[in-house]
Amino acid sequence: MQTPNTYRAGPDPDGHFGLYGGRYVAETLMPLVLAVEEAYNAANADPAFKAELDYYLKYYVGRPSPLFLAERLTRHFGGAKIYLKREELNHTGAHKINNVLGQVLLARRMGKRRIIAETGAGQHGVATATACALFDLPCVVYMGATDIARQQPNVFRMKLLGAEVVPVHSGTATLKDALNDALRDWVAHVDDTFYVIGTVAGPHPYPAMVRDFQCVIGDETRSQLHEAEGRLPDTLVACIGGGSNAMGLFHPFLDDPSVRMIGVEAGGSGIATGKHAASLNGGLPGVLHGNRTYLLQDDDGQIIDAHSISAGLDYPGIGPEHSWLNDLGRVEYVSITDREALDAFQLCSKLEGIIPALEPAHALAHVAKIAPALPRDHLLVMNMCGRGDKDIFAVADHLGVKL
Amino acid sequence: MRERGYWLALAMSRIEKRFAALKAESRAGLIAYLVAGDPDLDTSTKLFEGVAAAGADLIEIGMPFSDPMADGPVIQAGGLRALQNGMTLRKTLALVRHLRARDADTPYVLMGYYNPIYRYGAEAFAEDAAAAGIDGLIIVDLPPEEERELADPAERAGLDLVRLATPTSDEHRLPTIVKRASGFVYYVAIAGITGTRSADADNVHRAVSQLRRFTDLPIAVGFGIKTPEQAAEVAKAADAAVVGTALVDRLAQNLDSAGKPKPGLVDAVLADIAALASGIRTVRK
Repeated sequence: MQTPNTYRAGPDPDGHFGLYGGRYVAETLMPLVLAVEEAYNAANADPAFKAELDYYLKYYVGRPSPLFLAERLTRHFGGAKIYLKREELNHTGAHKINNVLGQVLLARRMGKRRIIAETGAGQHGVATATACALFDLPCVVYMGATDIARQQPNVFRMKLLGAEVVPVHSGTATLKDALNDALRDWVAHVDDTFYVIGTVAGPHPYPAMVRDFQCVIGDETRSQLHEAEGRLPDTLVACIGGGSNAMGLFHPFLDDPSVRMIGVEAGGSGIATGKHAASLNGGLPGVLHGNRTYLLQDDDGQIIDAHSISAGLDYPGIGPEHSWLNDLGRVEYVSITDREALDAFQLCSKLEGIIPALEPAHALAHVAKIAPALPRDHLLVMNMCGRGDKDIFAVADHLGVKL
Repeated sequence: MRERGYWLALAMSRIEKRFAALKAESRAGLIAYLVAGDPDLDTSTKLFEGVAAAGADLIEIGMPFSDPMADGPVIQAGGLRALQNGMTLRKTLALVRHLRARDADTPYVLMGYYNPIYRYGAEAFAEDAAAAGIDGLIIVDLPPEEERELADPAERAGLDLVRLATPTSDEHRLPTIVKRASGFVYYVAIAGITGTRSADADNVHRAVSQLRRFTDLPIAVGFGIKTPEQAAEVAKAADAAVVGTALVDRLAQNLDSAGKPKPGLVDAVLADIAALASGIRTVRK
C-alpha cells in the first residue's frame, strides 16, 4: 500500500478512508445524513460555532484537562516516563462529553429538538443526557439490557439527568443492538431528531466529525508536553472500543513520524478463545452501522458478539479511520485481556490514587508491558479516558468481593 | 420469421414480463415477502413452494442477517429463527435453485443487507444468484452512493438492483435514486422500520404520482401494508403491493412454545397470501 503524503486529510468527499467508511444506511436516512454533513461543514467554517463550543469546553467541562506525570507508575515500571492525559477529570468523568457538546450544539444549529443516542458502558449516554439537560432538549438513550444490568449507576445517572433510557432486548442486547435500535428510532423520527453517535463510527460524516471534536485531546497534549518537556511524545497509548478517545489523541500526531502510536483493543478471555472485542486483531472488513470497517463476523457475514469485561469496549466493530491506519501500518493495534486490565485497574488505583475506568485500564496494561524496556528519557502519554467509579461493582464482582 | 413480440419476450427479464402481464390484466401485483429458512429450512421450503400458487405475482426472499436495522421486531425475529436453525446465504441460494427448478416464471427478488454479500464476494454473489434463478436484489443499506461495487456485477449478471424511494426522497434526491434503477422501484411507504405502522393511503397516492414523474419503471409499494383492504387501496395507485411483516407474523403465530412449526403453519400463511391476492384483484385499473 502506498504511503500518503499526509495521514490527516481523510476522509475523501464521499466519506471513505481508503476502503473503509462510507454511508451504508437505509435510503430513508440518506437525506438526513447528507444534511448533517452540510450543517457540520457550515459550522466548521463558522468561528462563532467554535467559540461557543470552546466556551462550554472551558467553563462547563473544565478543559484543558491536565497532563499528569505519573511518577509512581514511572518508578514502578522503571523505564519510560509515563504521562497521563487526565480526560477522566472532565465533567461526567470521561472524554465522551467533548464530542457530545459539539454534536448537541450542531443539533441546535440545525433546529433539531429531540436527541437520541446509544450507549454501552453508559458514559456516552450520561454525557448526552448531561448536554440535553443543559440545553433543555428531550433525550432518549438506547442501551442493551445486558449493559443496563452491569452499569446500574450510569443508568440511574441518566434518569436523574432527565433522559429516557430504553432497554434494548433485540439481538444480543448489547452496544451493537443499542446502535441498531437508535438507527431504527432515527428512521422513524426523521423530522425532529438528531442522532448523537458516541464514537468515530457510523455513516459519514460521523467518524470525521467525532474525531474532530475529540482532537482537543491530542492538541492539548501536544502543547502541554511541549511546555513540560520541550518536545513531542515518543509513544502514545490509548484503548479502543469504537476508538474515539484514541483517535482524538492520535490524530494531531499522525504526521509526526517520530511518534509511535498504539491502540489497545479488548482481548476479553484472549483472542484465541474467540471471546473478545478485538475487531482489528480478530476480525475482517465488513459493513455495519453505516460504515465499512473491521468487524467480528462469521464466514456467512453474520456479526459475532463481542466479549469484554468493559462494557465500553464491548463492540464488534471499530471506527473506519482506525481500520485504514491499521492497514497502512501507521498505528499499531494490540490487545489486552480482561485479567490484565483488572490487574492494571488495581495497580493504578494503589500507585497513583486514580481509579481508572476499565477501558483505560486496558491501555495501562499495555503500558505495563512496554514501559520497563524503554529508556528513561522516553516520553509515553497514555489517555486516561475515563474514571472507574462506574466500574467498582463489576470489578468487585470479578475479584470475588461482596459489596 | 417469428413475430417481433417473440424476440422481445426473449429479451425481457422475468420481472419485466411479469409487470407486462399484470398490465395486460389491468391489475396490480402482489409481492409476498418471507425470510429464507424461517422457522427452519424444511418448513420454509414448503412455504415458498406454495407462495406463487397462492396468488403472489412476485416473491421477495429475505436473506437473514444478525443486525437487520431497517426491520421491526417481527422480521427481526424471523431472521433470528432462521439463523439459529443454521441458515446461511449459500443455503438461501440453494433454496432458490430448488424453487426455480419447479417454477420457471415467477420473479424472485432477494432482500437483505450488504454484509453477508460482501463477505461472499459481490462479484461471485451476483453470478451465483443469477445462476440460481434470482432476478433482482433489494439491499437495504446500500444507497446509490455506495452501490457501485454490487451494481456493476449485478448488471453484468443480468440482475436488477431495485432502488428504494422513501418519504424523505424529495425532488432533489429522486434523480440520484432512479439514475441506475432497473426492474422496478420500491417505494417505502412509511418513514420507519418494517411492520410498525400502517401506510397512509393519501400519502402513498401522492408519493407514487410524484415518483412517476421521475421513472417509467413499475412502482411497488411496501412497509405498512397488512390487510387485503390496505393492499387493494395501494393497488389503486401502485403497480404492486408488498406484504411482509403480516405474513411473518402469521408464521410466528403458528409456532409452538418451543419454536417448532405447528401442523397448520404452511396453510395458514398461504391462506393469508390468497386473501391478499384476492384483495388486490378487486381493483381494476
